Amino acid sequence: MTLLEVRDLHVTYHSSRGVIPAVRGVDITVEPGQTLGVAGESGCGKSTLALALLRLLPKSAEVTGQVRLNGDDVLTMTWGQLRAVRWAGASIVFQGAMHSLNPVHRVARQIAEPILLHENVSEAEAHGRAVELLGQVGLPAWRARSYPHELSGGQRQRVMIAMALACEPDLIIADEATTALDVMVQAQVLDLIADLVAQRGVGLVMISHDLSVLSAHCQRVAVMYAGKVVELGAAHDVFADARHPYSDALASAFPVIGDVAARHRPRGLGGDPPDPADLPGGCSFHPRCPVAVAECRAAEPQLLPIGASPRLSACFVAQQGKPVRPGTVKEPVT
Amino acid sequence: MSEPGLSARGLRVEFGLPGGRTARAVDSVNIRVAPGEVVALAGESGCGKTTLARALLGLERPTAGAISYDGTPLRYSTRALKAYRRSVQLVLQDPTGALNPRHTVYDAVAEGLRIHRIADNESDRVATALSHAGLRPAEKFFLAYPHELSGGQRQRVVIAGALVLDPKIIIADEPVASLDASVRGEILALLLRLRDEFGLGALVVTHDLGLAWSIADRIAVMYLGRIVEQGPAEQVLTDPQHPYTRALVSVLPDSPVPGPIVLSGEPPDATSIPAGCRFHPRCQVLASGAAEAAGVADQCRATPLPVLADDVGAGVSGDDPTRQVACHYAAAATRSEA
Repeated sequence: MTLLEVRDLHVTYHSSRGVIPAVRGVDITVEPGQTLGVAGESGCGKSTLALALLRLLPKSAEVTGQVRLNGDDVLTMTWGQLRAVRWAGASIVFQGAMHSLNPVHRVARQIAEPILLHENVSEAEAHGRAVELLGQVGLPAWRARSYPHELSGGQRQRVMIAMALACEPDLIIADEATTALDVMVQAQVLDLIADLVAQRGVGLVMISHDLSVLSAHCQRVAVMYAGKVVELGAAHDVFADARHPYSDALASAFPVIGDVAARHRPRGLGGDPPDPADLPGGCSFHPRCPVAVAECRAAEPQLLPIGASPRLSACFVAQQGKPVRPGTVKEPVT
Repeated sequence: MSEPGLSARGLRVEFGLPGGRTARAVDSVNIRVAPGEVVALAGESGCGKTTLARALLGLERPTAGAISYDGTPLRYSTRALKAYRRSVQLVLQDPTGALNPRHTVYDAVAEGLRIHRIADNESDRVATALSHAGLRPAEKFFLAYPHELSGGQRQRVVIAGALVLDPKIIIADEPVASLDASVRGEILALLLRLRDEFGLGALVVTHDLGLAWSIADRIAVMYLGRIVEQGPAEQVLTDPQHPYTRALVSVLPDSPVPGPIVLSGEPPDATSIPAGCRFHPRCQVLASGAAEAAGVADQCRATPLPVLADDVGAGVSGDDPTRQVACHYAAAATRSEA
């Protein structure tokens, strides 16, 4: 059975600023043992997507579509079922480990908490499991008695991962879980996550703005812009040979060392990602797009297969088989 | 001898901590930034790179060593510092935090002129700085407030604020870290254009080696208060010699260094710098026994390494005198080749 199946997910916030469509029709699937990266910048809806997967959004958010976890629809299940799914079915590792851990409790106690809530075990047993989990994430047993402030950023992030693993979930969602860490610590934590995925056959949804990290650690990647998936394909192919001008720009923000074309030639886009409350018409990327044609202003492109490859792109230019990088294409400006 | 640009010799910055301990944040560094070159200062958080940048700006009094600009040593009187900062300017990391939300773009850029009491042609100078920073037509931006601008434009305003005094060198601490990824390239391209058109020199402090690859002419890699490898960015990044640099490069996607070499642990703190080579407790070459085989393992553990000279002198790799590595193993490998 498909582990995670998201169909036509829409999330709309109703706030004082009006109606804000944060996620506008996202379809993704993750099989057991698979890793899916979700890439995008601030305001693209990637964190809203993560929260929607476990129904963690505020009441003011209107959610439609389907989120099936092992076949059950998370969006319609009862509170009792939902409580059982959170932690045990799927768990989330958030970005700011400092703020997600309780500063006045020792780390072992915090890891044991979900175990005690979900399983009929004694406190001593739960504590034993917590220490074991710390070992699995590479922390010595004596660290179980530490308070969060006694740990470094990387160690705290490991505690968060241990917590996410506590109830042996089938799916782990990592939302910018390593963004705040130094490269070397990030590599340690990512290795750890990769090992756990391989050993336990869990599914992983890894959310990050860093397309290069996703390309190295995920099988597939979905690039999001303005609440939609604009490109989906094998992670490394999307990074190395993007078929959407936005993915291409995002990839070029993370130059590969040794790539002569990137040396002394930084590329970027003007402007900011759009305000979800005020999206441009047509393709929402067209005001920043270096290869936009007249069609892009008039209609919103659908996510369609490109050529024979298992790649989807929501770009008219790419769908016509033309290159998406500026300088390689000459389109008349209309 | 007068050498153009900014240089530091034997620079040390120490902080006293409670309990009588001393943190050696910058522990003997020689570095030089000449006009017209972009130098990247790379390293992990806590390695001392921001302290070094602050010391180079005169914001931190060094414990020892000297900073000079165009061969003139920096003095720390208020007047001398003010004069110095006309030549060497700072670009802050987070443009949203660096700009006063109640000041217009014009006020933000003109502030430097007012501090330095440069009253003639104020509006022309502001307009020129803005257009050099890529905000054209400049007049259109004069009365805008920061919240009306995009993140990239705000960073351009911060850069214009530095440019208005006509500096020769700018020191930029993580200039694009707080910008959205797709916008970063534009700001980096601006730094390169300023280098090419006005001969501006820049020291870019960053943890991001990909960024260094895209803009830096030279790179200095810092570990625990000391520069451990430096040289032309192309060479250092594609063929790093120091085990620490090799590890840093190896964990990047599609890296030229086979790997990944994931170092265990985190940088030790600056209050207890290890004896011998400061990197030896985490060094993968020492751990693998390769250093032992080369007969340098005892040196790694006990013999301190010399401080790297700023740009010229005896480098370990014979073909290029500007490439320098502070590593016993790399030095032994070069000797055996020769």
